[in-house]
Amino acid sequence: MTATLERPAAKANKRSVTPARIALHVFLVLTCLMTLAPLLWAMYASLRTYEDTSVNGYFSLAESLTFENFAKAWEIGNLPQYYWNTLLITIPALVVTLLLSSMVAFGVARFSFKFNIALLMLFTAGNLLPQQVIVTPLWRLYRLIELPVWMSESESLIDSQLGVILIHIAFQMGFCTFVLSNYMKTIPYELTEAARVDGASVFRQYWQLTLPLCRPVLAALATLEFTWIYNDFLWALVLIQDGDKMPVTSALQNLKGTFFTDNNLIAAGSLLVALPTLVVFFVLQRQFVGGLTLGSTKG
Amino acid sequence: MTALQEKPQAAVPGGPPPRRRGKRATALAGTDKLVLGLMLGIPAVVHLLFVWIPALGSVALSFSEWNGIGGFEDIEWIGVGNYVEIFTEYPRFWPAVQHNLIWLVFLLVVPTSAGLLLAVLLDRELRFSRVYQSALYLPMVLSLALVGFIWQLIYTPDGGLLNSVLGLDKPVDWIGDSDINLYAVLVAAAWRHTGYIMLLYLAGLKSVDPALKEAAALDGASSAQTFFRVTFPVMKPVNIVVLVVTVIEALRAFDIVYVINKGRNGLELLSVLVTDNIIGEASRIGRGSAVAVVLLTISLGFIITYLYQVFSKENRT
Repeated sequence: MTATLERPAAKANKRSVTPARIALHVFLVLTCLMTLAPLLWAMYASLRTYEDTSVNGYFSLAESLTFENFAKAWEIGNLPQYYWNTLLITIPALVVTLLLSSMVAFGVARFSFKFNIALLMLFTAGNLLPQQVIVTPLWRLYRLIELPVWMSESESLIDSQLGVILIHIAFQMGFCTFVLSNYMKTIPYELTEAARVDGASVFRQYWQLTLPLCRPVLAALATLEFTWIYNDFLWALVLIQDGDKMPVTSALQNLKGTFFTDNNLIAAGSLLVALPTLVVFFVLQRQFVGGLTLGSTKG
Repeated sequence: MTALQEKPQAAVPGGPPPRRRGKRATALAGTDKLVLGLMLGIPAVVHLLFVWIPALGSVALSFSEWNGIGGFEDIEWIGVGNYVEIFTEYPRFWPAVQHNLIWLVFLLVVPTSAGLLLAVLLDRELRFSRVYQSALYLPMVLSLALVGFIWQLIYTPDGGLLNSVLGLDKPVDWIGDSDINLYAVLVAAAWRHTGYIMLLYLAGLKSVDPALKEAAALDGASSAQTFFRVTFPVMKPVNIVVLVVTVIEALRAFDIVYVINKGRNGLELLSVLVTDNIIGEASRIGRGSAVAVVLLTISLGFIITYLYQVFSKENRT
């Protein structure tokens, strides 16, 4: 993925240390430290006790470091339930988004029909709309759509995780379709042509031939979409009313009230909520960066 | 990746036009036609039903008076009354417009130039380049809501990092003071946005044909001249993407002000005015929708620019 982002490291080329180089490194190190500072500060605060910081202030040497706040935030904030809610929304939304958008991408990239480009433009444009343009009628629409109890306890799409999953799918499809169709256009046409001549159906050309070739880009998109859907705040805030069904990012709002005065606890809670995305970033950074690059540099 | 690889080819002047692959007319059997129809149709219906129809719904409702709770028979059609009201009477509208504009200008100036500078600095053989990039990208993975929480620890008047570092006698209430809180929040938003801009420009810089720079150097251009006269103009597609991404980001801004103070007291934004009608105190769907239409109109202008940039192949530079 990042092959284009990284020039081959020139190991053999030992460069002389010039003052300009040193200045550059100093500048970059300082910039990086400043970038990391807010997170490091939150981490530092989260490791200190309330007694310590209320006596000495936050800008002081810690008397002792402890993981107590994390345990407390985990328990008081009821984080396991909110993580579970997030998982219930994120995984289905992610899988269906990739599935549906790869189908559209396959269609527009591989076949020529009248509304080919128009369809792709519609999807791309839809993804760029500010969510607030959609949210009011969507909220009302969701109250109209009735569902059996086994699908949603509230008997409609409002206040149901299914509703949040649906809007994620509909909204995120635009970006994924755009990226996937660009990628599929670079797969030699002769491949599907040959399969077609051999009698492969359209679905087999898609499922058994094209999709496996798209593995790298699907991995990149999965990484990105996981982060985005996980980070969603607005959809769940508006479409879910029952606090117990909130995903973890929106539930942060509830934590704030609970922890009102204890900033150390808020810091610990914030870091716990950030943890899954941070892990994804560190483990799958190539996919993350590659996906964003793919999505926006189609000039 | 591939999108980048395509570019240099397209950049060759007078070269063969980009091949249009996969556009050959294919006669499809009946079943195949049906399958393809479903593969395109189902996602299209989902997308239209949940994205575009609600967007049009906002336009329709902006001409109405409705509390949103009752049935559709309670909707009263009042023409452009909502627009007249938001433009002339609604006290939160113009401050929100102003804040969104400041948001946009700030993001266009600060993170964009910082991101571009960092990209230029990192676009060379450099030891630890990967480490630097990782650190700078990191804030990107955090949600804006979380960014709000994390930065409150810095801004809080009682023992926050910023006041402690500045060592002022009288602590500044960065979040509570309505004259400065917008800028405090913008710094936090810019913190997260810079990495993204850097990523876009790094990719853009890699795609610039090195021969161009060499030619400029041979002609005796300084590296600054080469950058501003050659590299930067050649990156026009990236610049447009950066512009569109930033505008959309500025129009969408919501989470961070909402977690900080629900978008009040100096932090009013258009997005907050819309959302307030559903989850806040106001429940005037018509007025909220009129604000949403203002958002829609502005964003469509930029979305169309973006589509034009992306989908017209002739426009590739």
